[in-house]
Amino acid sequence: MTIFDLEHFSRDHFALFDLPRRQALDELELERRYRDIQAQVHPDKHAHLADADKRLAMQWATRVNEAYLALKSPLKRAEYLLGLLGHDPQIERNTAMPTEFLMHQMELREAVAEARAGGDIDALDHMHRKMKKEMAGQHQALARALDETMDYAHGAEVVRQLMFQEKLLHEIDEALQAVEA
Amino acid sequence: MALLQLSEPGQSAAPHEHRLAVGIDLGTTNSLVATVRSGISVVLSDELGRPLLPSVVHYAAEGVVDVGYEAQARQSIDPRNTVVSVKRFMGRGRADIAHIESMPYDFEDSPGMVKLRTAQGVKSPVEISADILKNLRTRAEAALGGQLTGAVITVPAYFDDAQRQATKDAARLAGINVLRLLNEPTAAAIAYGLDNGAEGIYAVYDLGGGTFDISILKLSKGVFQVLATGGDSALGGDDFDHRVFCWVIEQAKLSPVSPHDARLLQTRAREAKEHLTQHGEAPITAKLSTGEFVDLTLTSEIFNEISKTLVQKTLGPTRKALRDAGLSPADVKGVVMVGGATRMPQIQKAVGEYFGQEPLNNLDPDKVVALGAAIQANLLAGNRAAGDDWLLLDVIPLSLGIETMGGLTEKIIPRNSTIPVARAQEFTTFKDGQAAMALHVVQGERELVSDCRSLARFELRGIPPMVAGAARIRVTFQVDADGLLSVTAREQTTGHEARIEVKPSYGLTDDEVAAMLKDGFSHASDDAFRRALREAQVEAQRLIEAVQSALKEDAQLLSTLERAHVDACLGKLQAVMMGDNRRAIDDAMDNLNKATAEFAARRMNQSVQRALAGKKVSELES
Repeated sequence: MTIFDLEHFSRDHFALFDLPRRQALDELELERRYRDIQAQVHPDKHAHLADADKRLAMQWATRVNEAYLALKSPLKRAEYLLGLLGHDPQIERNTAMPTEFLMHQMELREAVAEARAGGDIDALDHMHRKMKKEMAGQHQALARALDETMDYAHGAEVVRQLMFQEKLLHEIDEALQAVEA
Repeated sequence: MALLQLSEPGQSAAPHEHRLAVGIDLGTTNSLVATVRSGISVVLSDELGRPLLPSVVHYAAEGVVDVGYEAQARQSIDPRNTVVSVKRFMGRGRADIAHIESMPYDFEDSPGMVKLRTAQGVKSPVEISADILKNLRTRAEAALGGQLTGAVITVPAYFDDAQRQATKDAARLAGINVLRLLNEPTAAAIAYGLDNGAEGIYAVYDLGGGTFDISILKLSKGVFQVLATGGDSALGGDDFDHRVFCWVIEQAKLSPVSPHDARLLQTRAREAKEHLTQHGEAPITAKLSTGEFVDLTLTSEIFNEISKTLVQKTLGPTRKALRDAGLSPADVKGVVMVGGATRMPQIQKAVGEYFGQEPLNNLDPDKVVALGAAIQANLLAGNRAAGDDWLLLDVIPLSLGIETMGGLTEKIIPRNSTIPVARAQEFTTFKDGQAAMALHVVQGERELVSDCRSLARFELRGIPPMVAGAARIRVTFQVDADGLLSVTAREQTTGHEARIEVKPSYGLTDDEVAAMLKDGFSHASDDAFRRALREAQVEAQRLIEAVQSALKEDAQLLSTLERAHVDACLGKLQAVMMGDNRRAIDDAMDNLNKATAEFAARRMNQSVQRALAGKKVSELES
């Protein structure tokens, strides 16, 4: 089959949506383009057609969902962009972090465990918001490093830190769930 | 209007002929079928004008199968052979079913999906559901005057893969072409959203007879995007009945009751629950076969008290779904109530308090799902009218993963991923010369495999001999638009396609479904051969229409030579489709499908280009 060789289908995620390869990205515009393409390729639009069309529609819609997911979140986008630029952030191997960052994370983690044990929903909610805010700052740092200063090594470090922070956010969510149950 | 208006060979039927498509709500308590007539979605009633079909099937010793009200009338006389709420058994093993001890059935002791011994032999939930679906199909075909092109069948959003597959198998057994499995809350959102021109974030709270779903959707400019879904596929109005039933047993100090009396009391419990929707108290009276007399009064205070934990149980998944969507209750513009059980005042109150607003009750909670499904069925069948350009983006409700060393789960596709979705994972061999590999696919959110639901075990065979760790086997998990999983594997270094053997943990194998189909045909009064031929002819006609309309729109994408080949295949199919050689029709369809594969690819590429046309990179860089 030649389907996957089609030039457009196999383009990188940015090119698929005809967007510039940048970390700073208009998320509303991405969403608009995602919806425009899905409106064309989604299996529901081809359900009355021949099997070949249906299979193709599923492959295309899958491809578009994959690209959208990779670009939607700033962390995933940065990981992907660094890869495209030839700077693998080495998430698995490189675990070095600034001491200050690590200390802060450890403190937060302890606070989460404490709030969870004490069933303190308000404290957990507060931490959730605080984490979100800290991460938003990191997202801006990523855009600066990847689009402006071209400091890819720093960008990769922020990516690794964000993975840490996402994990902690997930822990807060789980604690909230456990406390509410 | 009849569907099957086959034209002379060489002539095509009118390309925009209306195709008969229906939406089916296969509910725990009641089922419905709806269709779009003159642009309006309507529920199709039976010959007595009743819209609901009780999801009850009675297997009489004489070989008669009653479905609906007739079956319901038998339930306290012949409880063992009268199956109610069969949906609770779909894709489920014995250990999964709550209150199994108080059920009057004769369960067969076998692994996998539960099976029931009835007066007409052992029945799987798939076959019992197929009997309900057959009844609805007959109703629809009588009302619409022709054979159905296909149906959209709704399933709880929180149904896992085994439950979805079981539903699709049931439709297949009933001779229904499934256009799509649609999530019930999403169907309700379509009916509500299109009716009210809704825009913004909406929650759909769907408490049915046996299942609970909560879905958070974003409605904007004709796109229905599900952001997150959650629920409990074993929580519904039935559980409220059961609480009342237990309360009656306790209050009346009854010793273990017979299956007949249990059914009678369950019916009384349900009636009392329904009575409390409009009244402050409900009398419960019954004369048991033992001569004992039950005479109690259930007040709404007592009912609220004994059902409090059930109400609370729906709020946990609601919070989780909102959190998954990254939203809080205040972001929600409206809460659409679906399912008969949402009529209970304590549910209305709890939902209103949680979201800080009055829930929306302007749609019939029993019908809205079927109405939404009919709207989608109409669209999928290709009956597109102006203004029908909406799009639905749904999600997978539970994470998919595989078992790794030590009984741990590795998530491959996380919950709430927009479907269709695919993810590939690479595996390698553990020993030199290893020729096979076992994979265990599970669904759920827990870390331990034993806490998740086992979906299937796959065995990859025919891996070429290599040293340990050298083989690179890429396993691709694909979830389609029905939310159903398929798995393919390929050895990367040699390009060898590994063969996959699937052993569904709770489903039926393809062979079992094929055997049931054959069985069904041999008992059916209509001629199986003629029916199969007719189906092939309908399929062929559909394919011809699809290709012709594609050629009309985009003929320029084909070279003269390619066009000639497509035309030849088209001509061949038209020539054989009126004959009675089913094999020849299948072959000609196959050839036409192959001849148009590349054409389809080019058409798709073109439509993507068009979607992006006019949106240049430069517009964004300013």
